[in-house]
Amino acid sequence: MLPGWLLISAALAYLGLLFAVAHKAEQSAAQGRSLIANPAVYALSLAVYCTTWTYYGSVGRASVSGISFLPVYLGPTLMFILGSVVLRKILRVAKANRITSIADFIASRYGKSHLLGGLVTVIAVIGILPYIALQLKAVSGSFDVLVGGGVRGSQAATAILGDSAFYVAAAMAGFTILFGTRHLDTTERHEGMVAAIAFDSVIKLVAFLAAGMYVTYGVFNGFGDIFAQAARDERLAPLLMLPAGGSQYGNWVALTILSMLTVVLLPRQFQLMVVENVKESHLRRALWLFPAYLLVINIFVLPIAIGGRLQFAEGFDADAFVLTFPLRHGHEMLALLVFIGGLSAATGMVIAETIALSTMVCNDLVMPILLKHWARRLERMPDLTQLLLNIRRGAIGLILLLGYVYFRLAGEAYALVAIGLVSFAAVAQFAPVLLGGLFWRGGTLPGAAAGLGAGFAVWLYTLLIPSFAKSGWLPPDYMDRGIFGIDLLHPQQLFGLAGLDEITHCLLWSLLANIGAYVTVSLLRPPNRAEAQQATLFVDVDSHTVARRGDWLTAASSAVLIPIVSRFLGPARTREAFQRYAGARGCASIAELPADTGLVHFAETLLAGAIGSASARVMIGSVVEEAPISLDGVMDILDEASQVRAYSRELEEKSKALERATTELRVANTRLLELDRMKDDFISTVTHELRTPLTSIRAISELLVADPRMDFADRVRFMGIVMSETERLTRLINQMLDLAKLESGRAEWAAVPVDLNQLADESVATVMPLLSEKQIEVAVVPDPTQPVVLVDRDRLTQVMVNLLSNAGKFVEAGSGRITVRVYRNADDARVSVTDNGPGIRPEDQELIFEKFRQGGDVLTSKPSGTGLGLPISRQIIEYSGGRLWVESTPGMGACFIFSLPCHKQVQIQARGEFPND
Amino acid sequence: MNFPRLTHQRLVALFLLGCALFNYPLLAVFNRALDFLGVPLTYLYLFGAWALLIVALALITERGRL
Repeated sequence: MLPGWLLISAALAYLGLLFAVAHKAEQSAAQGRSLIANPAVYALSLAVYCTTWTYYGSVGRASVSGISFLPVYLGPTLMFILGSVVLRKILRVAKANRITSIADFIASRYGKSHLLGGLVTVIAVIGILPYIALQLKAVSGSFDVLVGGGVRGSQAATAILGDSAFYVAAAMAGFTILFGTRHLDTTERHEGMVAAIAFDSVIKLVAFLAAGMYVTYGVFNGFGDIFAQAARDERLAPLLMLPAGGSQYGNWVALTILSMLTVVLLPRQFQLMVVENVKESHLRRALWLFPAYLLVINIFVLPIAIGGRLQFAEGFDADAFVLTFPLRHGHEMLALLVFIGGLSAATGMVIAETIALSTMVCNDLVMPILLKHWARRLERMPDLTQLLLNIRRGAIGLILLLGYVYFRLAGEAYALVAIGLVSFAAVAQFAPVLLGGLFWRGGTLPGAAAGLGAGFAVWLYTLLIPSFAKSGWLPPDYMDRGIFGIDLLHPQQLFGLAGLDEITHCLLWSLLANIGAYVTVSLLRPPNRAEAQQATLFVDVDSHTVARRGDWLTAASSAVLIPIVSRFLGPARTREAFQRYAGARGCASIAELPADTGLVHFAETLLAGAIGSASARVMIGSVVEEAPISLDGVMDILDEASQVRAYSRELEEKSKALERATTELRVANTRLLELDRMKDDFISTVTHELRTPLTSIRAISELLVADPRMDFADRVRFMGIVMSETERLTRLINQMLDLAKLESGRAEWAAVPVDLNQLADESVATVMPLLSEKQIEVAVVPDPTQPVVLVDRDRLTQVMVNLLSNAGKFVEAGSGRITVRVYRNADDARVSVTDNGPGIRPEDQELIFEKFRQGGDVLTSKPSGTGLGLPISRQIIEYSGGRLWVESTPGMGACFIFSLPCHKQVQIQARGEFPND
Repeated sequence: MNFPRLTHQRLVALFLLGCALFNYPLLAVFNRALDFLGVPLTYLYLFGAWALLIVALALITERGRL
């Protein structure tokens, strides 16, 4: 027996020590040397899984059903082996989305829904109440045992004020409120709490192992001794084996699966494993450290349980064997240590669980309601941090109070483990929506809500309400006959399913209903935009293609965002966070932060850390004009892509055009060089042509000057040559000017209707004196239809004269004959000038139309023209829209032909104007 | 913390082994009224298999860096 004051002061001292540990951890964290940032502390903090259930309850359970307490620890081991798949993914998703609780996680997965967050919170709080009650019962029980000397009184009979559990609850609430809600953190991480819980884990392990060693090796002579004694006892021999029978294995497997799920899904496990995780890599070592911890703490459970059964009479509470041993054998200090160990197991659980639950209640239940209905009043409050803290404090107090109420109502009817399993079954309801949502994209919000609702309802009906009934708070009919007296609805033999224990039974039906509703309702419609978007973020968290773009397409400046965030986080913390963000973005100050969607997303995640993702979305939405990815948004994004494509196509085309232009330029350059060469040729030819007459004029002039006695006849002859050479020069220069004018297009044209018959006659008349001199016969053959063309009359006359005089030059004097023929060919009017001269060689037939080229060998025969007549003629005809060419066979004469288009209207007028001759 | 592909597969295989070890019928095979050095076979089997899994898990995860 120990005096109560000693126990109370020892307990207070221990709580003080926890405070010191937490304080030290927070101090170190503030200095940047985190005490908890290592895998061992992380693994120890996960050992919050071992509560008074493990500490006292397992022994109690083992003393009745032997080793069947073990699946509760084998399940977590299996889950941690699978950690590389499930835990790592949860961790990564939670970090990427700044998840603050399991309610936040599930709500976030299904489109940041308030409804789902609230539902998860309600299920978690109600589901965890038995678990809290378990801790209260265990601690108060251990107190009573130590004070009462090992035999417990019945608490149900005592008044509240005389009930040690009430004081335990009150002390726990006070301690947690002081401990867990001193300030509001931006990330919802609690360095102090994690350190204290890791410390708790060490204490409870040491204390329990001390008790185990004492019982096994102090009271008995080792494992062999205990087991040998048990084997001889026919009451105890069955405890050494699993109970036989198929349904027993079913229970075993069900418990394994249940604990596999709950080691992740319990709010406090989620809090410590996911939210408080400092570095993802810590999970690697924790994957085996945590199962190892579980194994070690369980080694002595069966020996203590069997030893207790061997030593103590039936009246002793098996849940308290671990205390009773040292107490009965007079080791009171050891008993005190064991008591402290039990206290540490309880405080660790209560602190972590209530802090996790109060965060959920605040973020996912109260804040959404306040934001919806009290938005006005909230707007008037500049700083909401105090309100948030008070909500959490209230939630902690309420949870412990409700836990105590459950303890008073139902606690007595059950052993510790049985109470805990009720909570396990409730928490397992999160498994389908959480794990399903992690690996299946098709889950929808209605599906998740339906699944949770159905599972929770079945749990209430088959497990929670019966626990009240068994304690006598409901008519026994309910348990015996089922609701409304329908046998099929028997709460623990639903639809006649008997033979399973109540946990397995509940788990079977609730998960069936849960998964069925979740899948069925989810498949009723495809996920909407928000659900699909979140599904991608969760399911494809490892895929590198998922850019954490956030779903805000609207930008906002820090000036807008800081006030809203600082209302929840406080101005100092907000400034600090934005400053850090600005630093990370490469900006010198907050003011320099660009107002973009990234900033909005940052503010949302920052706020999500304090009030949950769903509420954060609402708050940011209140200052930022909400523009989630709409059809227009999608079109914009597509537009961007297509614009980029268009640009690249344009670029391609431009480069092609450039290539083409380069080719053209190269061609043009070649042509220019050619023209330049031609110009040089032309100039040299022209100067040569000009020099020939000049030379002869000069030579004759010199002769005339040198010989003054030259006779008159010679003088006249020489002067005649000078005159003709001068004429030739003049003609040459005139023709060159003419050609230049024609080529440059500056020549003046006066197009008038011209009767070709008439023109032919006039031209022949013009050159007639020259031709008759050589006795050349000229004949004109007019066209009876009198073709009329629209040309410059003088120019066309020039062409005719040119052709006629050319012909005259080349025919033999005396026998020469020239025929001018006017005729039609289709729409063209043609004029041909045929002579009987030497003709033109085929290779010269185009050459003669070039400047300064003449038929025949220039070197041997004296040139008899300027070499510009034919080029000029061709220019004139082509300018008038016609063609000029030559047809000739050497020795048979030549025929120059030009064709011009007839002008019909003009032809009619011309008939009157130019009467038939 | 990305495990190499092989480590990942080893862990999944170990999980399946664990499922088999802690389940009917293997459990029934070792669930006999025998003892080894005074320790009941069932107790020995469960803790032995459990320890084996943890040791294997430790070896696999700690060598996962290779």
